Amino acid sequence: MAGNGESGGPVAITGMGVITPLGEGKGENWEKLTSGVSGIHRITRFPIENLRTTIAGSVDFLDLDPVTPPSLSLELARRAAEEATEESGIFETDGARDFPGELFVAAPPIEHDWPSRRTLSHLPSHAPDSPYVTKRDNRLSNVAGRELLIEFINGTLADRLADEFGTKGSPITLTTACASGATAIQLGVEAIRRGDCPAALCIGTDGSIQEETLIRFSLLSALSTANEVPGKAAKPFSKNRDGFVMAEGAAAMVLEHPEHAKARGATILGYVLGVGEAADTFHRTRSNPNGQAIIRCMTGAIEDAGLKPDDVHYVNCHGTGTPENDKMECFGFEHVFGAHSKTMPVSSNKSMIGHTLTAAGAVEAAFTVMTIRDGVMPPTINYEIPDPALDLDVVPNEKRAAAVEFALSNSFGFGGQNVSLLFGAAEA
Amino acid sequence: MAHDVVLTGYGLLCAAGETPEAWWRALSSSDPLHACVDSETYKPFHVYPIVDYDLTAQVPKKGDQRAMGPMMQYGAYACGLALEAAGIKGDEELLGRIELIGAAGGGERDWEVDANVLDLLEREAEPGAELNRMLSDDLRPTLFLAQLPNLFGGNISIVHGVAGATRTFMGEESAGMDAFRVAFERARAGQGELFLVGAAFNANRPDLHVMYDGGGLLLTEPLTPVWDRPDAGICLGSAGAFFVLETADHAAARGVRPLAKVKAVASDRCRRAPGAAAENAWRQLDAVWSELRGGALAVMSGACGSGALAREEHELLTRLVDSGVDCAVRGTAAALGHTVEASFLANTVLGVSCLERGTVFPPMAASDPLEQRMADGNIEQVLVTGWGAFRGEGMALLEVAD
Repeated sequence: MAGNGESGGPVAITGMGVITPLGEGKGENWEKLTSGVSGIHRITRFPIENLRTTIAGSVDFLDLDPVTPPSLSLELARRAAEEATEESGIFETDGARDFPGELFVAAPPIEHDWPSRRTLSHLPSHAPDSPYVTKRDNRLSNVAGRELLIEFINGTLADRLADEFGTKGSPITLTTACASGATAIQLGVEAIRRGDCPAALCIGTDGSIQEETLIRFSLLSALSTANEVPGKAAKPFSKNRDGFVMAEGAAAMVLEHPEHAKARGATILGYVLGVGEAADTFHRTRSNPNGQAIIRCMTGAIEDAGLKPDDVHYVNCHGTGTPENDKMECFGFEHVFGAHSKTMPVSSNKSMIGHTLTAAGAVEAAFTVMTIRDGVMPPTINYEIPDPALDLDVVPNEKRAAAVEFALSNSFGFGGQNVSLLFGAAEA
Repeated sequence: MAHDVVLTGYGLLCAAGETPEAWWRALSSSDPLHACVDSETYKPFHVYPIVDYDLTAQVPKKGDQRAMGPMMQYGAYACGLALEAAGIKGDEELLGRIELIGAAGGGERDWEVDANVLDLLEREAEPGAELNRMLSDDLRPTLFLAQLPNLFGGNISIVHGVAGATRTFMGEESAGMDAFRVAFERARAGQGELFLVGAAFNANRPDLHVMYDGGGLLLTEPLTPVWDRPDAGICLGSAGAFFVLETADHAAARGVRPLAKVKAVASDRCRRAPGAAAENAWRQLDAVWSELRGGALAVMSGACGSGALAREEHELLTRLVDSGVDCAVRGTAAALGHTVEASFLANTVLGVSCLERGTVFPPMAASDPLEQRMADGNIEQVLVTGWGAFRGEGMALLEVAD
């Protein structure tokens, strides 16, 4: 259901953390994002021979060895959460970190990467012969086997974060594909609204760029193959857009009940005012041409916030740069916003960062709040050949200063789950 | 105001079958430990495979069937059964707003492609370019979609028309407990009226057995009840488990008779220091103490079979009995296998089935003092427990509908 009925209301944001291919921390990210800098580069993590797409927004500046999807996803989440909790001032002492609420983590589905899978196949297994047993190497210890299990089951990442940040209750790990980061925030908003906890730590993280993940998206013809100049590949809303660029990153938000935040004298950065969600029942990788699900989703967020479409000043688009998404998102804007859709600025962070997949909803939520706070809308870069069918103000190529009180952030997922978050400014 | 929450339909596809009659037949057999087990295919491991079933009955389109791996097929099938039982199947108005919270892992593999790749990795010191070629040529695009856990929910949306929302939780046993808990909390708080809660697990995967055995968890010895196994004591089982959860008001307004009331759902975690899981579980019991009616309580235990953990739960349940609660405990994994994400929800369905019959099926462990009790014809409440192999403790208290 779109609205949250009898237990709605604003939820305060008191801390945010971001890490993307542009860099670590909100400062560096915001500086580059508003300057139109691209974080997309040639892949160096693994050999790129025989690949149709050889570019990505991988996060390569962390000192991790080896880089596995779970180890990188955990490190990205940890750093984003550190920045967010530090900004919120929610830990009273320098000692144990004791977060007064629940943890919601959008994380990529964890699977063994090939080096790990190979080690697994060398274990002195009791298992019968199968492709997954290539040797029975008695020199490998039980510890190796246990680590290969624990590191690569889905619950471990959130469990470790729960330990490190002292969150309460059972941490939730979730996936709604490209809407995941927004769903994590939505779950936090709901828990606070119903009074289950005074605060929530909501994280979206994704560090899963490996040969196989890249090839899988490639096989779905979802990725840009404009490999020549990596920074030019992601071109949302352009006529020559040809797919998204995979990227990595994380963002964290500390959400609090406004009274809890005010009582402890915290600085409120902004509010989540509304949440909308809807599932598309049409197809696994395409949205229904009637746009019904994304229309319900955006409308739900606006209604949940108690606003009218005309109140929305800016939309941080899902804007992947696939032919399909941008067309449908524009179609959705026209239906939800009517004439307002022709003049309302909308832009795509993915033109610079790429698509951080599981993290995107959280990363872009954080940038939406920064847009409201700073009164600066980051541009949609690489907008050189406008698509005449998409009659939108995409804040082309250069940032723009403007007062933004209410902004929407869209996240539309493969497999049909869509989430829109409506953010509002903090009191002056 | 807190809303009363009820269950109005369920579906469970597992090693014992897909109907309550079939489950009860298997669970009541003279040798429930061996009634549904396959001890040959993955020898020396024991596996509880899904029964033969007709996927077409719930997933008629071939295209939909091909887009899913077995795990998602089990889920979509069980979901269809639950929607049918709750009178929702095909009702566009209700489907348009029902919200799904599912629990799934994912990662179904193509065994043939994996065999070729692992072979390549053994042969070549620098396999990079060839690995890329092999994966690009051999991976099927549809396999990727069958691997993504969010498509557990996504496929159900497409197959059954569930359009309100589809959220998929990950994280093994806890994911199932949390899916139930969040749906319950939201319904109780008025954040929604109508939910689908479900999970599925596919045990028929050689890669999973290598992984769980590598972690020191799988039973390689002859079968025994779950309470007295070594730490390597788990036998994996396949299942798809689903139910429809709604507010009592919503069920009444659409003229549907509830199958059971949900009095409480809790889930938590700890670092698993000795005794810590039991402490969590006791705290959860303490919170619902006033709800216990004092009559016989059927306990559908989520004991996975791993020795020390099962003994910790056994001690806790003994404490419950010593406190004067009349318990009939059933360690169901001994008959159906441990179904990981689906475990807590499958036990919930079995619990509702006990409430419908007012009794509990016979013990899995005939000599165990906790299981010995045969509550005949007076079960009014069911406690479902969840104990994850590595993390996560949960419970649900169900009660007979008025």
